[in-house]
Amino acid sequence: MATTTVTKKTPFYDKHVAAGAKMAEFAGYWMPIRYDGDIAEHQRVRTNVGVFDVSHMGEFYVTGDGALDFLQQVTVNDVSKLAVYQAQYSAMCKPDGGIVDDLIVYRYPDKFMLVVNASNMEKDFNWLQSNCPKNVKLENASDRIALLAVQGPNALAVVQSLTKVNVPAIKFYWFAEGELDGVSMTISRTGYTGERGYELYFDEKYADQIWNAVMRAGEKFNIGLAGLGARDTLRLEMKYCLYGNDIDETTHPLEAGLGWITKLNKGEFLGKDVMVKAKAEGLKRKLIGIEVEGKIPARHGYDVLKNGKIIGQVTSGTFSPSLQKAIAMAYVETPYAEKGTALTVNARGRELSAKVIPTPFHNGDPSKD
Amino acid sequence: MNFPENLLYASSHEWAQVSGTEATVGITEYAQSELGDIIFVELPSAGKKVEAGKPFGSIEAVKTVSDLYAPFSGEITAVNEKLKDEPELINKDCYGGGWIVKIKISDMSAKDKLLPAKVYRESIAH
Repeated sequence: MATTTVTKKTPFYDKHVAAGAKMAEFAGYWMPIRYDGDIAEHQRVRTNVGVFDVSHMGEFYVTGDGALDFLQQVTVNDVSKLAVYQAQYSAMCKPDGGIVDDLIVYRYPDKFMLVVNASNMEKDFNWLQSNCPKNVKLENASDRIALLAVQGPNALAVVQSLTKVNVPAIKFYWFAEGELDGVSMTISRTGYTGERGYELYFDEKYADQIWNAVMRAGEKFNIGLAGLGARDTLRLEMKYCLYGNDIDETTHPLEAGLGWITKLNKGEFLGKDVMVKAKAEGLKRKLIGIEVEGKIPARHGYDVLKNGKIIGQVTSGTFSPSLQKAIAMAYVETPYAEKGTALTVNARGRELSAKVIPTPFHNGDPSKD
Repeated sequence: MNFPENLLYASSHEWAQVSGTEATVGITEYAQSELGDIIFVELPSAGKKVEAGKPFGSIEAVKTVSDLYAPFSGEITAVNEKLKDEPELINKDCYGGGWIVKIKISDMSAKDKLLPAKVYRESIAH
């Protein structure tokens, strides 16, 4: 079957263009890369409040009698621990432990919602479908849902000014359903920035209205936009994994530092046997954080060396606007994963001195009330 | 975007201002906008020989790294030392304070491969 390669637009496309965004194709969508500058947008979110259009993300609804058991089987975290209106970061793995995608599982009174990466949407849906029993129904609602992330220290005030929902009562990785500017939506205390923030899921036909309302409500805080460029530096400072960079089907959650979401004692799930074995034998490599001397960042794909021998690869790297130094994530062989270990990075032929350091790189806590 | 008429442009997004046998070289407004915030410029030292169409340095932005290509063969006669502390000059003023190097041109024929402003503008309009 021929696949279409038409690049899709999110419902906020015209808003981005009007705001002067540099647009680029990302995961099949025209997305804003930056508006007024990567660093300015990054600092806006760290110190004030910024708005991201992340409508490219995929949303799947899972319903039916078998929904909970099904999700226990296909995700690594313990879905039975989720209360209604609670959300959970998780991953889906293949039987060999390779990560199909990382995702957030939301538990509603009558259904679950899975939020997946745009780049994996079709693959994920097919994967879920192929593992889905008869008593579970899957629906891809992605095209109907607009998603805005309002992130930063002033996000609470902006969101609260538009809704009667008691926003401070929504704890980190919990959510509420209610009206915001008169529009029914999910208000979720989640994000990919390391700041306190909210993600608003709503019917895409209200996209213009909600965008305008959020920007108007944020005027007194000097709210501004933030693009995928800032999103990447913000998440990197927190050592949040980016699928396709830091994790993929050749990596398993334990070596990616995602042991905290991988509940090996919850019962059977796809990939468990491989991970139990990997844990028993000891991990061969680990995803670690490094800082690089000087201003040249280590970037995706650069080799990491110890005494001239290649012992790993950089998966993500940038110049950190918050820390004013070059930081990176890298897989290295376990003996070199200890904090303080001196390493070198081959940056296109130039040797950079690097050191394993504790993560997250940025000292922030998005769960703090 | 601004592409001054008095400059020549390479398809690799450098500009050159030729004055006698010397060219001042920088990157275009389009290039700086594609790169985003620039954090480091790797510069050659004065006296270094460069070859038309070959890399002579690189620019590190927050998001990406890009090589700089010499529009002319010749010798580097000056580098913009200010870029060591203020690489963002390229973002702020790519045709002025953000110039990168000066080259003493050894072969003027490379000029024929460079584009006038109008043609360069059309080439980046997709």
